[in-house]
Amino acid sequence: MARPILDPAVEAAGSPPATVPNGWTVRRTRRRARQTAGWLFAAPALAAYTIFVLWPMGLTVQYSLYQWNGIGASTWVGLDNYRRVFTDPELFDTILHAFELILYFCVVPVVLGLAIANTIRRIATTRLALVARTVIFIPQVIPLVAAGITWSWLLASDGLVNQVLSAVGLGGVTRAWLGDFGTALPAVGVIGAWVLLGLCTLLLLAGMSKIDPALYEAARIDSAGPLREFFSITVPSVRQEIGVCVTVTVIAALASFDIIYISTQGGPGNSTMVPGLEIYRQAFFNREVGVASALAVVLMVLVLACVLPIQRLTRETS
Amino acid sequence: MIVGRREAWTGRLFLVALMAVTIIPFVSLFVTALHPSGSYPLGLQWPDDPQWGNFAEAFRVSNMSALLESSALIVAGVVPVALLLGTMAGFAIGHLRIAGRRALFLLFVFGLTLPYEGIVTPLYYQIRDLGLLNTRWAIILPLIGLFMPFAVFWMRAHFINVPDEISEAAEMDGASVWQQFWRIHVPLAMPAISSLAILMFLWSWNQFLLAIVLVDDPAKRTMAGALGAFQGQWGTNIPLLCAGSLLILAPTLLVFLVFQRRFVAALLQGSVKG
Repeated sequence: MARPILDPAVEAAGSPPATVPNGWTVRRTRRRARQTAGWLFAAPALAAYTIFVLWPMGLTVQYSLYQWNGIGASTWVGLDNYRRVFTDPELFDTILHAFELILYFCVVPVVLGLAIANTIRRIATTRLALVARTVIFIPQVIPLVAAGITWSWLLASDGLVNQVLSAVGLGGVTRAWLGDFGTALPAVGVIGAWVLLGLCTLLLLAGMSKIDPALYEAARIDSAGPLREFFSITVPSVRQEIGVCVTVTVIAALASFDIIYISTQGGPGNSTMVPGLEIYRQAFFNREVGVASALAVVLMVLVLACVLPIQRLTRETS
Repeated sequence: MIVGRREAWTGRLFLVALMAVTIIPFVSLFVTALHPSGSYPLGLQWPDDPQWGNFAEAFRVSNMSALLESSALIVAGVVPVALLLGTMAGFAIGHLRIAGRRALFLLFVFGLTLPYEGIVTPLYYQIRDLGLLNTRWAIILPLIGLFMPFAVFWMRAHFINVPDEISEAAEMDGASVWQQFWRIHVPLAMPAISSLAILMFLWSWNQFLLAIVLVDDPAKRTMAGALGAFQGQWGTNIPLLCAGSLLILAPTLLVFLVFQRRFVAALLQGSVKG
C-alpha cells in the first residue's frame, strides 16, 4: 500500500529535492504512529468479540467432547456426543425439521417475493407503494415472540384461519393447526414465511428498481412475453438480491428459536423440535451440556456450510 | 415509460393483498383483546361490549412500566458502547488500514452467521462465574460482543470510502489520530452511525434467547423476554394475552413509525451488506 506521494507541505514550499528524504522520514514515523493507534482503536471491539463470542465458541467445542451435567465433574467421551446427535432420532430429527423449515422460511418468501415484486415493480413510486413499504415491513420490526403469539391465536381451533376456512365451505379441514402432528411444522413455517415475506419483497423490489428500463424496451421490440422477460431480464438482474434473501432466510430457518418456543415448544411430541430449542432443552432441562454442545457445533457448521456456497454463487458471477 | 393500465391495476391489487395479509393478524389481535377477560372469542368478531379496560388490566398485570424501564436500561447499556467500539474498529480497518486488517476483518465477518444458540450454553456458565446471572449485565455484556461483527462490518463499509486526503490535511494541522477521529471522522460518519444505532436498538429490544436463558426475573429482561413470561403466565386468558402482546409490541411499532424512512433504508442496506 506504499504510495509514493510527496508530502504536500514540502511540495507547496517548493523545497529542493534535498529535503525530500526528511519528508519521507516524517511520513514513515507518522505511518507507524497510525499503525499503533489503529490497533489501539480496534482492540476494544476485538476484546469484546473475543470474550463474548470467540471464547464461548471454543468452549462449546470443548464441552461437546465431555459428558457434563453442568455442576459436577465432567468425563471425557471423545466423539460420543456427536455419534448421539447423528444416531438418536430425537436429536437428528431436529436437524431434518430445520431443513424442512427452509422450504417455508426461504423458498416461499423468495419465490412469492419475486412474483410480487415483479408485479408491483412498475408502480413502485406511487403513493400506495410508499405506504405499502411501511406496512409490509412491520413483521420485521416487532419481536418474533409477538409474531408467535399472534399466529398461535390465528391458527388456534377458534382462530381466524379456521373461521375463514369454514366460511368458504372448507369446514372439514379445520383443526388446531399447531397441535396436529401432521400440520404443526408447516404451520410454524407459515409464521416464518409471514415474517420474512415483506423483507424479501422489499429487497427484491429495490434490486429491480435499478434495472435499466431500456432492457425491457428492447425485449418488447423483440416481442418477448412477460414470462420470458421475467426469466431473462428480471431474475438475472436481481441475482445478488436473491442471494441476500436466501442467506438471511436460510439462517433464520436453521437457527429458528423464538417462534417455535412460543407457538409449539417443539410439540406435539417432537414434531416441531428444532436444533436451537433442543440445545436449550438439553443444556438447561436435561442437564446434558455435552450433547447440547455437540448439537450446537453441528448447527454452527451447518449454517456455514449452507451460507458460504450461496455467497460464492451469487457474488462471483455478478 | 408507458405503464399498461391493466398491469398497474394488477400491481395495485397485489400490493393491497400483501398489506392485508400483513395487517389482518394485528386486527384479529386487537379485536380479541376487546372481549371480556377469560372468555373464548372467535377469531374475528367485534365484541358486543368492548372491554377497553383489558389494556389497563394487561398494563397492570404485566408490570409494563417496569418492563419499559428494563428494556430501556438494556438498550442504554448496549447501544452506545457497541456503537463506539464498532465505529473505532471500523475506522481502524477501513481508514487507518492497519497491518493484518484482512485477517481481522474476516475474523469479524465470520461471526455474522453465528446462531446465538451455538454459544448460549457456555455464555450461561461464563456469566454465572462472573456472578452476573439475573442482572441486566447478563444481557448487556454478551450483546455488545455479539453485535461486533455487524457493527465492524457496517462501519468499515463507510470508512473505506472516506478519502485519505481528509486525514492528511488534519495531520498537517497537527491533529492526533484520536482528535481526527472525534473531530472529523465521527461527524462525517453520522448517517452510518445513526442507521446502525436504529438496528441495534431493535435487535436489543427484541432479544429473546439471551433474556430467557440468563435472566429469570421478567422485570429485568428485554421486552421480548418479558412477553415470553407473560405468555407462560396468562396463556389461557386469550383476551388478556392479546392485550398484553399489543402493549408490548406497541413501543417498537411507535419507534418504527416515527423513524420509518430511516428504518426501512437501514434494514434494507443492513441485509444487503450482511
